[in-house]
Order: sequence, then structure tokens, then C-alpha cells
Amino acid sequence: MSGRVAEVIKTGLWTNNAGLVQLLGLCPLLAVSTSFINGLGLGLATTLVLVASNLTVSVIREFVRPEIRIPVFVLVIASFVTAVELAMNAWFHELFRILGIFIPLIVTNCAIIGRAEAFASRQPPGLAALDGLAMGTGFTGVLVTLGAARELIGQGTLFAGAHMMFGEGARAIELQLLDGGFLLALLPPGAFLGLGLMVAAKNLVDARLQRRRSAAPAASADAAGEPA
Amino acid sequence: MRAEVARSMLRGAGILAGFAVFGALLVAITWESTAERIAANERAFLLRTLADVLPAGAYDNAVHEDFITVTDAALLGTRAPITVYRARLRNRPVAVVMTPVAPGGYNGPIRLLVGILADGTVSGVRVVSHRETPGLGDRIEVERDDWILDFDGRSLGQPPRERWAVRRDEGVFDQFTGATITARAVVSAVRDALIYFETHRDALFAAPAGAAELPLPLPADDEGTE
Repeated sequence: MSGRVAEVIKTGLWTNNAGLVQLLGLCPLLAVSTSFINGLGLGLATTLVLVASNLTVSVIREFVRPEIRIPVFVLVIASFVTAVELAMNAWFHELFRILGIFIPLIVTNCAIIGRAEAFASRQPPGLAALDGLAMGTGFTGVLVTLGAARELIGQGTLFAGAHMMFGEGARAIELQLLDGGFLLALLPPGAFLGLGLMVAAKNLVDARLQRRRSAAPAASADAAGEPA
Repeated sequence: MRAEVARSMLRGAGILAGFAVFGALLVAITWESTAERIAANERAFLLRTLADVLPAGAYDNAVHEDFITVTDAALLGTRAPITVYRARLRNRPVAVVMTPVAPGGYNGPIRLLVGILADGTVSGVRVVSHRETPGLGDRIEVERDDWILDFDGRSLGQPPRERWAVRRDEGVFDQFTGATITARAVVSAVRDALIYFETHRDALFAAPAGAAELPLPLPADDEGTE
């Protein structure tokens, strides 16, 4: 079981990352990642919906028959998204004003229905919820990394608007690191370039790990003989 | 066989209906428990933004309750009625906050708050909502740029009316690189609001409060009107 847990976490965060590998949910990803805080806000909202929808879909998987499962998934996801939207409007009003249309658009994030269909509808609730958490965290990771990079390059700040999420005290961590910035990073092309570079970087790391792994057995083959 | 198919279809429909009820319940419960807070947020936001465009401490009435609605498609940017809040000190007119629309935004209308002192001077301008390009047009937001503060203290004579424009149009206001259209839309909307105020000043202050329409930034079920 613990092997499954580790695998689910690793899959969500890295090997099958929603943003970098599946390339799902690109519309909100590219549109909202103009700053770290925007990315974090949308990422957390998406994660919340993913966990809730995965859990629900897994709990009901026994008695929802295949021919009606898609409409049921859509209903479940849409309900959770609306609930999250209302909750954000109530408790993170300023951030809600900025993220605006992209909160309701979480419904259209293919990563969510994709996980419901490909994973949650076949797995026990605990594992499904964990998968939602891992996938959501992986997606949030991409959002905040891209957001931070675009914010820093585009306007020279980091964590701008943190007070909208963490209260007035968080103004202290809103940094102005550079004077002005390179506007392209904040425009749609900057989003595509940034995401492309992140995908490339991930592939580079994977390729290097692969090389090391294929080099290692040759060196230690007679020493250990451990199964892969 | 046919009965079996029918039964299976009915069962599917039943399950689907069950989930529709579940979803509706979930949304209804969340709505019920957040509606009050959301309305309070909206009101607090309105009060804060109204205070932003009015001189601090210069008025003593509840501005958000002292409003009328007016309609002027040519000068206020929309055929729909817009709200005008009145600020008073001991019942004497101090300023109004108009809520005109700049129809010429790059991605759609830009909603503004324009505070105008009784003598026709701008006391402040803020953007309520817009869909301008992030990083370009959104510099009209005061959180992102000081640009919008440039209106403070200006009036129809300062600068002269023909120079109420962005620099590219031989005016006095800065434009943003890549978002001239946005700046242009806001400048003309503020100028038009001033023109409207100049022609209707006395009527705006004299009209009895609490018009038929609700104030725009508030949700439709809010209080504040009779």
C-alpha cells in the first residue's frame, strides 16, 4: 500500500504532472500565471476541487453505471466549483476579484474530469483523494513557478498582492526586486515561452536521471543485483 | 427485453436526478452560508472605494445610501442608468461620486468611479471593473500603477478641454506603452463625466435620494433603497 501511495504522489507531482506532462488545464494556467499569488490562488482552488471531486467520484464508483458516469462527474465537479467560488468570494474577496472568471472556469479544466475518469472511478476513496491532492499540488507548483518567473521578469516584483491571501501582515513579503521589467513575460507569449521552457527543463532532468539510472546498473551489477 | 431496457434507462435517469439534487443542495447550502458575507464584502468594497475617491473627513453623510440614478448614453457611456452618490457636510453639497462606463476599453467596457467636488474638480478616479490586458491595460488599477491618480485636482479648465486626452492625441495624460486605447477610453470617460456634472450639478444634488434603481456595484437583493 505504501508503495502505491508513493507512486500516486510521485505521479501527480512529477511523472504525470497535469501542467508539464499531460498539458491539461492550459487555459487557466497560461492566463492566470501572471503573478505568484494569482497562481497560488487558482492552484489551491483547483486542488480543493480535485480532492473533493476525486473523493466523491471514488465513493460513488460502485453504483454509477458507465453510461451515465460522465454527466454525473460533470454535475459533481460543477457543484464543487460553484461552492469553491462562493467560498472564495466570501473569504478571499480581493483575490476573487482578480481571478474572476477563472474560478468558474475550473469546471472546464480537463485535468479534473480526466482524473475522475482515469483514476478516481477505479480506485478506493483514500487513494483517489490523495491522487487529487498530488495532481493539484503538481498543478499548483507549475502555476506558482511560472507565476513567480513571469512576475519577476515582467514587473520586477515577487509575491505582489500577498496581502489579498494572507492578510495585511503579508505586505512585508511583497518584494520589489528589479526596477521595471520585461513586459513580454506578462503577455500571452511570455506564458507560452515560460511553460515551454519549464517542459524542456523537466525533460532535461528526466533525461539526465535516465542516463544515470542506466549507467548505475552496469557499475553495480555484480555488486548488488538488486531488482529494479 | 424492452421492459428491461426501459427499466435500465429509468434507473440511469433516477441516479442522474439524484446527483442533480445533491449538487443543487451543495450549492444551496454554500450559498446560504456565504451570501451574507459576500453582500458584506461587496458593501465594504463599495464603501472603501467611495472613500478612496472622496476627500477624507470632508463629508458626514452615509454616501452609499445617498444616491440617485441618471441616464445619459452620450456622456456616461451606457444606456443603462448609472448611480451618482452624493457626499454632504451638514446637508451642504460637497462632492458626487459618479459611476460612468468607459465604453471604448480594449476588451470591453471599463467601469469607473469618478469623484467630483462641488466646484467641478476631480477628487479621485478608480476603476471598478475592466477586462484590459494584464500587464498592459491593467495599469489603470491603482494597485498596479499611479497613473489613475493623475486625475486628482483636475477639472474641465485644468487642463483646457481640448487637452483632456492622452499625449499621443496631443493631450496631457500619459498613455501606457501598448495600451493607448485603454488610457484613451478612461480619459474621455472622466472628461465626459465632468461635462455631465457641469451641466447637471444643481439637479444632481437636489434630487431626492433613493431612486428606483439600485446602486450598481451592490447585488440586486441589497438594502439601501425603498
